[in-house]
Amino acid sequence: MTQDLQLDHNGRLKHFLTIEGLSRRTILEILDTAKSFISVGEREIKKVPLLRGKTIVNLFFESSTRTRTTFEIAAKRLSADVINLNIATSSTAKGETLLDTVRNLEAMHTDLFVVRHKRSGAAHMIAAHVPAHVHIINAGDGSHAHPTQAMLDVFTIREHKGAFEKLKVAIVGDIQHSRVARSQIHALKTLGVAEIRAIAPRTLMPIAVERLGVMPFTDMREGLDSVDVVLMLRLQTERMTGALIPSEQEYFNLYGLTPAKLACAKKDAIVMHPGPMNRGLEIDSAVADGPQSVILPQVTNGIAVRMAIMALILGGSPAESRARRAADA
Amino acid sequence: MTASLDIDATIRRMTQSLHGLLKKHPVMVGIHTGGVWVAQRLHKELGLTEPLGTLDISFYRDDFTRIGMNPQVKASNLPVSVDDRHVILVDDVLHTGRTIRAALNELFDYGRPASVTLAALIVRDGRELPIEAQVTGEHMHLTKRQHVKLIGGPDRLQLEIQEGSG
Repeated sequence: MTQDLQLDHNGRLKHFLTIEGLSRRTILEILDTAKSFISVGEREIKKVPLLRGKTIVNLFFESSTRTRTTFEIAAKRLSADVINLNIATSSTAKGETLLDTVRNLEAMHTDLFVVRHKRSGAAHMIAAHVPAHVHIINAGDGSHAHPTQAMLDVFTIREHKGAFEKLKVAIVGDIQHSRVARSQIHALKTLGVAEIRAIAPRTLMPIAVERLGVMPFTDMREGLDSVDVVLMLRLQTERMTGALIPSEQEYFNLYGLTPAKLACAKKDAIVMHPGPMNRGLEIDSAVADGPQSVILPQVTNGIAVRMAIMALILGGSPAESRARRAADA
Repeated sequence: MTASLDIDATIRRMTQSLHGLLKKHPVMVGIHTGGVWVAQRLHKELGLTEPLGTLDISFYRDDFTRIGMNPQVKASNLPVSVDDRHVILVDDVLHTGRTIRAALNELFDYGRPASVTLAALIVRDGRELPIEAQVTGEHMHLTKRQHVKLIGGPDRLQLEIQEGSG
């Protein structure tokens, strides 16, 4: 729909709303930039002055711990001023509309909004209505997209597995309700992985998932056979209407990632999960805490990836910068 | 166009000027990319035993909001604590002084050096800040439109002079 909304006339990122429509070059530029920010988190003074004087508002209409915290830490490590808005207790509860909330914050000279909302398209809608100097990052909209999560996932895959072209990647679980899965599929496709598989019961598999270039599997062992990367998803019971899974025990028996099922994947396969994990429902603790798990590195990488996206959005253009750098030794 | 400067001889001269500092057990830090190449040579010629530090000042530039990120930022790496140490900061070209200002800011995020000595292979005119090199390889007089750049590193260092748009 509005993916062009996120690029300016030079093809530069203005907002970060969805992976859909981003070029391979743009995605790689974000990953390269994120790589350079990793070192900032490892220093004693974990702060660089890039976004000094910028105001960033975390606008979370839906609860989140990890995503909001990593956005906050990312902004602070770039020296921006961060305000966290707990919307449940704010004016929206008094009947203010979403755009009125944003306009009021805009009037306080906010430079960047990080938006999470239960409605699909909320971040796009805000991006379409803010003036040119205000930027939007989508931190998850309904079951549509969670592009920064997908970026940190592909960053983590690249850190552990190198080149994307040879990789077989399986996404497992509640794909139907997952904005994470949708964004992951777009990112992995654009980066040219060899195979993307979707493993889910029929009730949680999106209709015509093949059209996205994804191979569907209902049998988990079959789907995990010789994959390099296992992307687990959280079972989103809060977005489900009706009985989509038989019982939690039966779901775990069929689709819970246990050491026995993981043995079907390549020996050196990595296991990822966007959190929060339902231990004993979609993933066994022996796997979550096991040697193949990179779930905690994902969180650390999430900070560097979010720093990169913020820095790229709020900075000027790389082409101009190269010219100027040459002139400015 | 490449400039005819005997870079090996220039670096030897710089080494001699830096000899006096050796008794203070200095730590050497090069600025990416050209400054690291020069620093590698000085580090070897001076026989320093502690590893060379490197700085990429991209995160500290004063014009970030105007020109944005350089996606090819190399990680800064200071393997030795700079606290209370005498630091020799090395760059290839000293021009406006803005790179050195940024490098000093970054250096101080890692610790509080006892002193900082600036060594630059080429010192040209065009300073915009009160920053000077204590050790200079060569002075060059260039017009505002000309840019000088060190290329061919780390092994075959050469100077390239570009005619720019100022």
